Amino acid sequence: MTAVENARPRPILQVNDLTVHFPAAGGKVVHAVDGVSFVVHEGRSLGIVGESGSGKSTTAQGVMRLVPATSGQVVLRDEDFLAMRGGRLREARRRIQMVFQDPFASLDPRRQAGELVAEPLRLLEGLSRRAAADRVAELLPTVGLPPEAAFLYPHQFSGGQRQRLCIARALATAPELIVCDEAVSALDVAIQAQILNLLRRLQQERGIAYIFISHDLGVVQHLCDEIAVMYLGQIIEQGPTASFFSAPRHPYSWSLISAAVPAGPLRERLKARYLVKGEPPSPIDPPAGCRFAGRCAFAVDRCRTETPLPRPVAPRHFVACHRAGEIEAPDFSSGEMARSA
Amino acid sequence: MIPILSVRDLTVSLKRASGTVPVLERLSFELDRGRTIALVGESGCGKSMTALAIMGLLPDGFALEKGSILLDGEDVTKVPPARLRALRGNAMSMIFQEPMTALNPVFTVGDQICEALRLHQGLGRQAAMERALAMLKAVQIPAAEQRLHAYPHALSGGMRQRVMIAMALACRPKLLIADEPTTALDVTVQAQVFDLLKELQEEMGTAIVLITHDLGAVADITDTVAVLYAGRCVEHGPTLEVMEAPRHPYTRGLMACSPHLRLGAAAAGVPEPLQEIPGLVPPLGQRPPSCAFAPRCARATDKCSAQDQPPLAAISPDHEVSCWHPEERAVA
Ligand SMILES: Nc1ncnc2c1ncn2[C@@H]1O[C@H](COP(=O)(O)OP(=O)(O)OP(=O)(O)O)[C@@H](O)[C@H]1O
Ligand SMILES: Nc1ncnc2c1ncn2[C@@H]1O[C@H](COP(=O)(O)OP(=O)(O)OP(=O)(O)O)[C@@H](O)[C@H]1O
Ligand code: SF4
Ligand code: SF4
Ligand SMILES: [Mg+2]
Ligand SMILES: [Mg+2]
Repeated sequence: MTAVENARPRPILQVNDLTVHFPAAGGKVVHAVDGVSFVVHEGRSLGIVGESGSGKSTTAQGVMRLVPATSGQVVLRDEDFLAMRGGRLREARRRIQMVFQDPFASLDPRRQAGELVAEPLRLLEGLSRRAAADRVAELLPTVGLPPEAAFLYPHQFSGGQRQRLCIARALATAPELIVCDEAVSALDVAIQAQILNLLRRLQQERGIAYIFISHDLGVVQHLCDEIAVMYLGQIIEQGPTASFFSAPRHPYSWSLISAAVPAGPLRERLKARYLVKGEPPSPIDPPAGCRFAGRCAFAVDRCRTETPLPRPVAPRHFVACHRAGEIEAPDFSSGEMARSA
Repeated sequence: MIPILSVRDLTVSLKRASGTVPVLERLSFELDRGRTIALVGESGCGKSMTALAIMGLLPDGFALEKGSILLDGEDVTKVPPARLRALRGNAMSMIFQEPMTALNPVFTVGDQICEALRLHQGLGRQAAMERALAMLKAVQIPAAEQRLHAYPHALSGGMRQRVMIAMALACRPKLLIADEPTTALDVTVQAQVFDLLKELQEEMGTAIVLITHDLGAVADITDTVAVLYAGRCVEHGPTLEVMEAPRHPYTRGLMACSPHLRLGAAAAGVPEPLQEIPGLVPPLGQRPPSCAFAPRCARATDKCSAQDQPPLAAISPDHEVSCWHPEERAVA
């Protein structure tokens, strides 16, 4: 633990100014992701949170090359991932894998679990059927499934077991990074706890890094070392988990947190003051200046004309708000009490 | 005052080639006007089945074996199909987990709300449209006039869920069943949807059965909670009491599973490992007559697997637990 702590982890993935636009009707443009940058370190987890439609999944898909990036850079170790082709690309794909929200949709119902888990091995590593089956038999117990599960079809598993299957498949090629897009959101709390502990154990044992997308702040706080908050295609606050939850600085982060605080007087107080109403503006032709200005209780004229750039507010903690530091931050002092209140 | 909903001894089974297997066993609870009960429990414990039984919508193969379901005094398990259809969508309605499957993609939002109003409340076209518009406004859909003519696919997930709520509440039902109404939504919208349900409930006096995995929401908006395990109610009582001092080992396990958000000074430390309930819910047909939780329970003794499921016994006024060795109240 301390050794890892001291030997600063090296970056595995660097995303620089990633932009993903989609064409919309009438020649307009959906600004799904607009200039997102972050770094993921070896054996560490980056959590991405934000409202529905803020561009979390599109960011993940842009990184994974499941949608074409409009511009920007994705650097895997020292190589330009977006420019890779052929054998190099196959080799790189082995090293980054993805787990999706809906385990059912991402598993072919006509194929047995064993084949599904073996698929990336055969495709990306060119293993024989036999060798792949052996690896599968080793993998299934790692995720808490019996080896016999290899002969069952997806519908014969529960939701939680299906998600374990997806994790087994993602683990098959011994990746360095797994992108989890709402991987535990559809599960009940008991299975969620089992999967979160599994992910964490795998991280400790194998040094896997995660990009973990979730709308559950408690889950993200539990699993991740760093948090990035997205709003309308941009990261508006980013920092180490402890720093972020001790002293979040962006008014939109305050809103997200207010919605997630457990019931009690603290929640009522925070909600009344910080929870924003209504829907975010359309990602088609997003507003100039701060994209949050239309819903921000602290907006001033400058916010509507000038785009706020990320500024450091604490070590490795950045906030894109003109008024960060100037407006009074929420008081969470009864944060612990609220649980038992 | 008679309760709006009174479920007594509800027993549902599934007919299989190999025989009938129990799905729900002797479930009982009551719900007063303007009150909310939460049904909680892991996936597969029978929450949706309970909802479907109340609505008279059990899937093929499932049958109500025993018990009664009184809606404002009327036993919905005994009424003729025509009466049941009249009650459904009118006196009782349901919000389903996945709004897209419940909304018809080829009709506009307005048409779908109006249909229920014309069918059940006998409103004319114009009056129904006006009421539909009022409902969309009540659920805080921006630009409601335009949205009335929108098709479901053109709405965001949060808006669709609000349309579902508008639809479910259009006929001012006495009972609303919400089956995981916010699972598909992000936290901000979730908070809005729960606030909205609470507001509309206060205004209309609707009784709500809330099915959710979100224990925060349970604490936030429900009055009582029933914990289901493998089709049986294992703990039932006032929400605050159950959440603060769960007495059934399963309930306690569930509470310990979800990570708590830590803020301010409390956010500085490293998180503790999450507690887990080892193992899985036994599938249908593999549930013993004894306590079904025993294989996963740290407090289990020989007695637990030798004797039948312990009776739901009062442990304090209104608070019942089905366990031979209930947890102690946490010392304050
Ligand atoms: N293929 C596409 N074509 C056009 N627009 C798209 C496409 N995919 C995503 N979008 C839009 O891009 C924006 C970002 O979507 P994205 O799915 O990344 O959001 P998200 O943060 O993952 O939301 P959620 O929490 O609901 O999953 C949304 O406005 C969405 O409607
Ligand atoms: N159509 C069906 N055919 C056969 N079995 C079913 C069917 N639907 C549900 N079941 C079974 O009935 C039991 C109760 O299911 P139910 O849907 O009520 O669970 P739930 O508590 O709502 O779970 P979740 O949280 O996953 O929605 C489960 O064991 C489930 O596998
Ligand atoms: S820049 Fe202005 S509008 Fe944007 S979050 Fe900060 S105060 Fe609010
Ligand atoms: S009856 Fe026994 S096995 Fe069942 S929950 Fe209580 S202590 Fe555990
Ligand atoms: Mg998404
Ligand atoms: Mg269900």
